[in-house]
Amino acid sequence: MFRKIVIALTACLALSACNRPEDAKAPSQGVQIAGAGATFPAPLYAKWAEAQKAETGLALNYQAIGSGGGIKQIKAKTVAFGASDKPLKPEELDEAGLIQFPTVIGGVVPVVNIPGIAGGQIKLTGPQLADIYLGNTKKWNDPALVAANPGVALPDLPITVIHRSDGSGTSFLFTSYLTAVAPKWAVVGANDAVKWPTGQGGKGNDGVAGFVKQTPGSIGYVEYAFAKMNNMAHVRLQNPSGNFVEPTAGSFAAAAASADWSKAPGFYLLLLNAPGTDAWPITGATFALMHKSQPDAATGKAVLAFFDGAFRKGDEAANALAYVPLPADLKAQIRSSWSAIVGPDGKPVFTPAP
Amino acid sequence: MTADASVLIAADAPRSARGTGLDRAFEILCFTAATFLLAALGGLIVSLMIGGWPAFAHFGIGFFFSAEWDPVKEIYGAAGAVTGTLVTATLALIFALPLALGVAIFLVELCPSRLRRPIGTAVELLAGIPSIVYGMWGLFVFAPWFSKHVQMPIMMSAEPGTLWETLTTGVPNGSGILSASLILAVMILPFMAATLRELFLTIPPQVRESAYGLGSTTFEVIDKVSLPYIRTGAIGAVMLGLGRALGETMAVTFIIGNSHGFPTSMFASGSTIASTIANEFAEATGVLHTSSLIALGLVLFVITFIVLALARVLIGKQANL
Repeated sequence: MFRKIVIALTACLALSACNRPEDAKAPSQGVQIAGAGATFPAPLYAKWAEAQKAETGLALNYQAIGSGGGIKQIKAKTVAFGASDKPLKPEELDEAGLIQFPTVIGGVVPVVNIPGIAGGQIKLTGPQLADIYLGNTKKWNDPALVAANPGVALPDLPITVIHRSDGSGTSFLFTSYLTAVAPKWAVVGANDAVKWPTGQGGKGNDGVAGFVKQTPGSIGYVEYAFAKMNNMAHVRLQNPSGNFVEPTAGSFAAAAASADWSKAPGFYLLLLNAPGTDAWPITGATFALMHKSQPDAATGKAVLAFFDGAFRKGDEAANALAYVPLPADLKAQIRSSWSAIVGPDGKPVFTPAP
Repeated sequence: MTADASVLIAADAPRSARGTGLDRAFEILCFTAATFLLAALGGLIVSLMIGGWPAFAHFGIGFFFSAEWDPVKEIYGAAGAVTGTLVTATLALIFALPLALGVAIFLVELCPSRLRRPIGTAVELLAGIPSIVYGMWGLFVFAPWFSKHVQMPIMMSAEPGTLWETLTTGVPNGSGILSASLILAVMILPFMAATLRELFLTIPPQVRESAYGLGSTTFEVIDKVSLPYIRTGAIGAVMLGLGRALGETMAVTFIIGNSHGFPTSMFASGSTIASTIANEFAEATGVLHTSSLIALGLVLFVITFIVLALARVLIGKQANL
């Protein structure tokens, strides 16, 4: 019996030893680039990669390990590009020798479950949203909410606050927005995970959505794409122009278009409270991170060619998946920023076609 | 008879050179396997200690006693998560143990032999369901049902101002400490039932049949003969179930409500060590945040070790009796 096992093991070892040289000899089929980071853009990157693989043979291996992981991986140089929903500050970029640029726009939508009230019926201002998430506003028929929503029959129902339990770019954007609009929110602060004063945490967008659907009187927040795909009852938010806007592809695009990216070094810009009259106030981009000096020019070139191709031909795919493509002038600014990414010879690794 | 004789002859025969060579190789193989495991374990402890050191150095002993968890201000304490872990695992064990015993006894002593195999296989199959599936089921199926039929009636019946009311406050959507414990109980139940069944099957038939022969009822046989016979092994099975409940991650994360701090009622949201790590590790960028999560991992490791050590002590005591 034992002898059989030993023979089998030896055979396995021998076989695996035989395999190794074959692997080494296998021709590399096209160029492969490795990326890692945010989960939010992962479905879109996969779609873009699929299209480009068919066209140019460029293969992308993207691991959706989370923004924090993406930042760690790119700093450790284990991937060709990192991806993060939370932009690094210009000084952090300089310190690590990184460059970052937005790749696609998304946003956060507060969703509610109030019996008898449909999506888009409830209007909220930023400070009101902050009061709800601070636990100061406890019931839906709170005088402040009733006054802001004339004609809507708000029920006498306690408000249940639902937030993300996992660290996420969605929470970062949401808490950054509350920090920006409500001085009171400073006690909590903005981060991808915070100490929530009240409420329950659901894991991921589906966890939040699950709790909201099951709890009458609850309010949560999810990514725009998720809210749209799942037809959740959303809230209309007041933007700095005083308009109560709906979360639509148009209002996210308006936010992206009205932002002044040229004055943001390292594209460090959160599209919160963008000035456009139709702009959705909680909008944000997701970012790609690369090293300024590329040890291997071919890899750097392949990454930039991937995003260049995606910017040229990928808008339709983005729209189909409920992401919002970047405006054209921002794409131009990003392309010109790529000249800072150089190979070992000090020359830019990729020069986009005009 | 002839077969026995040949075995005896083979055992007496001088060992062939090839045989001893194989013995030596086998010895080395086994020794490597055992030491490799030990080295991996040691490496794990050392790396957890190194990773968690910044948190221990920064917060000191207070790390274990503070329930504050604030990633913005970079203040971390393990007490909330440790409490959540111990409470959910203990409750799960309390719910699961009587059921697991019942399943095992039914399968071995009472079940018609035609049903024995299908039910036994079904129990073992339950143990193989991935925990994420339990989590999804818990969130989308169990929680709404639990809220409507258990939580709401209890919350409604509680008189305002009483201790009972404090113990039953919470968000009426079926999530929280108690729901997480129940899901955990379902998860460890098949595992414990399968182990207990195996233990019951190790009882020699003569022992039970003698008891029956003396005129014992089925209950008396189970109570006076079977249970005492397997007690030592049963403690091991229970502790292994507890170990699984302590470390369970995904299912708990979905259903426990994920709020840091001490849970104050059975329907309150809480967190466990494993759920906190699962929630925050991927996005943790700060040194102190990452380190605190690794330190939590070390704490869980220590808790599991204590549970196993306790099991050893209990088994030792039983053996001496």
